[in-house]
Amino acid sequence: MDHKMIAKQFLITGMVWAIIGGLMSVLFRFQLGYPEAEFHWMKDLLGKWVNDKGQITAESYYSLVTIHGTVLVFFVLTAGLSGTFANLLIPLQVGARDMASPMLNMLSYWFFLAASLVMLSSIFVETGPFSGGWTAYPPLSALASAQPGSGVGMDLWLIAMALFVVSSLLGGLNYIATILNMRTKGMSMTRMPLTIWALFFTAILGVLSFPVLLSGFILLIFDRNFGTSFYLSDIFIATNNVGALPNEGGNAVLYQHLFWFLGHPEVYIIILPAMGMVSEVMAVNSRKPIFGYMAMIGSLFAITVLAFLVWAHHMFVTGLNPFLGSIFVLLTLLIAVPSAIKVFNWLTTIWRGSIRFTPGMLFAIGFVSLFISGGLTGIWLGNSALDIHLHDTYFVIAHFHIVMGVAGMFGMFCGIYHWYPKMYGRYMNNTMGYIHFWVTMIGAYLIFWPMHYEGLAGMPRRYYDYSQWESFKQFIELNKFISLVAMIVFAVQLLFLFNFFYSIFKGRRVRSQNPWGATTLEWTTPINPGHGNWVGEIPEVHRWAYDYGKDGQEFIPQTTPVGANETNHH
Amino acid sequence: MSTTVTTTGTKWWSGGRSPFNVEYGKLMMWYFLMSDAFTFGAFLIAYGTVRFSANGWPDPNEVFQSFPGLGNGLPLLFVSLMTFILIVSSVTMVLAVHAGHRGDKAGVIKYMIWTIVGGIAFLSCQAWEWTHLYHEGAWWGSNPFANHDGSTGHQDFTNFFFTITGFHGFHVFSGVVINIIVLLMTINGVFERRGHYLMIEKVGLYWHFVDLVWVFVFTMFYLV
Repeated sequence: MDHKMIAKQFLITGMVWAIIGGLMSVLFRFQLGYPEAEFHWMKDLLGKWVNDKGQITAESYYSLVTIHGTVLVFFVLTAGLSGTFANLLIPLQVGARDMASPMLNMLSYWFFLAASLVMLSSIFVETGPFSGGWTAYPPLSALASAQPGSGVGMDLWLIAMALFVVSSLLGGLNYIATILNMRTKGMSMTRMPLTIWALFFTAILGVLSFPVLLSGFILLIFDRNFGTSFYLSDIFIATNNVGALPNEGGNAVLYQHLFWFLGHPEVYIIILPAMGMVSEVMAVNSRKPIFGYMAMIGSLFAITVLAFLVWAHHMFVTGLNPFLGSIFVLLTLLIAVPSAIKVFNWLTTIWRGSIRFTPGMLFAIGFVSLFISGGLTGIWLGNSALDIHLHDTYFVIAHFHIVMGVAGMFGMFCGIYHWYPKMYGRYMNNTMGYIHFWVTMIGAYLIFWPMHYEGLAGMPRRYYDYSQWESFKQFIELNKFISLVAMIVFAVQLLFLFNFFYSIFKGRRVRSQNPWGATTLEWTTPINPGHGNWVGEIPEVHRWAYDYGKDGQEFIPQTTPVGANETNHH
Repeated sequence: MSTTVTTTGTKWWSGGRSPFNVEYGKLMMWYFLMSDAFTFGAFLIAYGTVRFSANGWPDPNEVFQSFPGLGNGLPLLFVSLMTFILIVSSVTMVLAVHAGHRGDKAGVIKYMIWTIVGGIAFLSCQAWEWTHLYHEGAWWGSNPFANHDGSTGHQDFTNFFFTITGFHGFHVFSGVVINIIVLLMTINGVFERRGHYLMIEKVGLYWHFVDLVWVFVFTMFYLV
């Protein structure tokens, strides 16, 4: 029940899912890069997922992309990222012995594990896992006979996601209560590290948006199993003499509204913890206070509020009223303002700092780079007129993979490298860390940058075989190249995994209590903190978290009382 | 910039005055209720969306017009009784919380029992109403009631009715179970030993919330 153990459980489960999800992307990149090639060895490995010619079948291709999206968005970048670091860092950085309710915290993990197991089992059912895309739009998700994966696979998908919602709700409530109520003496809200602020807003987003998804799923379950027609109307099936379905009066777009009311905040649930950790790691490794602390909090708050008001920008081409669309354009583009503030503050934080290029710091810098690149294309996509052309093309794939997928992963890597000494009392290997960073960083751009051009040329996402279209034949070589890089990048992640597990047992031991020279409370605990985190009294906090390079001192821990001659303090 | 006002007795937080002056469990309950409000909000908005884009909708005065033992022709009488019962159970819950503030164990027990009775009565009424509608042919996926203009009834009338009142009924049911647990804890003197009846307050928050949701469900399904 100790929060540090629960954090590790979240992390390891998330890593298992990252491997599965990553492997899936390698498999469907095989198909995209080499649609004509015949890999007979895959037949032996994957059985019915591969046809007799040694190619992935169309059904399993769609299953792969669906499950890849679902597990990476929810299981890796939500549970694996905020589950891990909220549990690890909140009690340690606010000065609490454990979470407000360790019991709920444990339940949160077990619900996540149950969700994982159900989702995993869906991969092995006879008809295959759900294959209608991670957004699970009806009618593909509502009609069990729509495609093979819409039967049992979809049922299991829904059960897993419902369990996941419960898990994230229990976790989120706990994070909020802990941050508000369990802070140590002197730890006022404006003295908290930005990691905690980010995790706080993340938890609020999760607690308020996941229930709407749950409502949407409940209605979907009724449509699937109890003959209702919330999302179904006017459906005529020409095959098998089915004819017109009896469902009338429903509205498929209603599901999209309910889904994206979570779906959009969800991307901030992913990116905010990463932003918080990047802020912290950048300040520590630049040996400078974070630039614009209050502006950072303000922009996190602005993003949190705006996150709830922009969901329909995913739905510009659903027949949305163009006037309503223009309002969502405005609100969407407004998000660029707090995002730009954050980027500006990160750049100014490292400006003329004495930067230590640890692997954690490199991933933090990489995060900012990806966030800029992906964020700029977000301005394109947020424009409803441009979106008509770009919608459902590879431009979208490139955008969200860079700004949310890879950037989220970079936030996670940054956190893992930086707080690994606290988790296991050892360091990860730096050389392997550098190789991991550079290959991933360059690889990510090589994979996703070309996709922008493919998308601008109109190449749609979710097509099984592009070689059938004359207009996309020009991209055959490019697709091969992308697939090749994707495999290399995946291989490097295995190096990271090796580094992670090897270092648990054989890594260089941490000798000093505060290896990074950081100011925050987690580095005042013993090197291997036991249950309760601090031996004796919980330390009292006297200053904000970013006193670096102040009055000629390299850093002043938060626990140091304010001296008589000190200049202004927070 | 620091909060240094230390009040005595706030033992759950060592950092001086706790935020909002509440203990973490109560704060958690408030946040949970906010999140649950979003669940119901999503349901009711979905319902509103479908209803207002529909060409017609059955008239609640014609659908809900039966009363056990009195027959038909009594529009909304039965549901008014249900609503009254639930609101009274909220009043008894307030009295239980109040008794808890005074440390009056007997009072807490008395009013908790009344609250539980109210909850069970409400659920029984709902069970009767559902059974009655079921016998009239209404269920998920089947709507026997014509729209108010006489055309064939909209399919989603019963779908939404059963889903949303069912979801609310499930909340009432959970509330009754929680109330019973808390009642047993009170009888066993758990809160007496703890020195405060905060748990009653937290359960009370949940109960009032479920009541409040019913007011919205009642308005949107029976009145408009």
